[in-house]
Amino acid sequence: MFGSLFPRDIVAELDRLQREVQQAFDLSPNIRGLGRGGFPAVNVGGTAQSIELYAFAPGLDPATLEVDLDRGVLSISGERKNDLPAHDERTAVHINERFQGRFRRVVTLPEDADPNGVSAAYRDGILHITVKRQQAAQPRRISIQ
Amino acid sequence: MNEVNSSQVSRQAPPAPQSAPARNGATLLPPVDVVEDSAGITLFADLPGVPKDKLNLHIEGDNLCIEGDVDIDLPQGMAASYAEVNLARYRRVFTLSKELDGGKVSAQLNQGVLKLRIPKAEHAQPRRIQVSGG
Repeated sequence: MFGSLFPRDIVAELDRLQREVQQAFDLSPNIRGLGRGGFPAVNVGGTAQSIELYAFAPGLDPATLEVDLDRGVLSISGERKNDLPAHDERTAVHINERFQGRFRRVVTLPEDADPNGVSAAYRDGILHITVKRQQAAQPRRISIQ
Repeated sequence: MNEVNSSQVSRQAPPAPQSAPARNGATLLPPVDVVEDSAGITLFADLPGVPKDKLNLHIEGDNLCIEGDVDIDLPQGMAASYAEVNLARYRRVFTLSKELDGGKVSAQLNQGVLKLRIPKAEHAQPRRIQVSGG
């Protein structure tokens, strides 16, 4: 009855479908959630020597960005100020899609991450964090006596 | 998408291929803020990863097109393990209305945020009409 009175719009249905598909394919969901769709969007990659993390966080003052590492959990937090002008009768906000407010994202690092080898750089609105892998965990060739 | 359709700036499907060749189709839709005041429209767009030289803004007729390519230095041999951003190109098109002066658009790009200012044409600026007593 309610279905016909208040039809769900197609965008919401597609959104739900996408979530379900994502959950179905994610075989080992993380206890800290999927986090997809949060701010900032995060891409993670790795090489043999390091773990590379890219956070797409445009328009921030790097001095206000906080990157913390606590027991193998890396967190990025900060606040994004509103660019919109103060509201008055002569201005109208037509579209407001950009994120504003405080944010915090958390990434669990693999066990071989070196807590002393973290560096971060902010350029063109992307925060790039490099975490070195521990020396002992790096692949090496063992010479045969 | 049928989200916001203001009188001044409205979202549109990408224009016909002749006006802008979509190279390989899929692009990211950058989130924007659009604010109007009496002198013009200000648009903010989030384009993280786009340097100044990879940003392409053009106005063709009534269409304002924002395009940008993400440029990140990836270390050699990196394998992606988790990605929320899967494409390296942003694109969004807006239709400008008549009273906006497309010839006087100014743009700033700062840490991945594009700020566009589109002034209204002189003749479209608001003015008060005097009522003469009769």
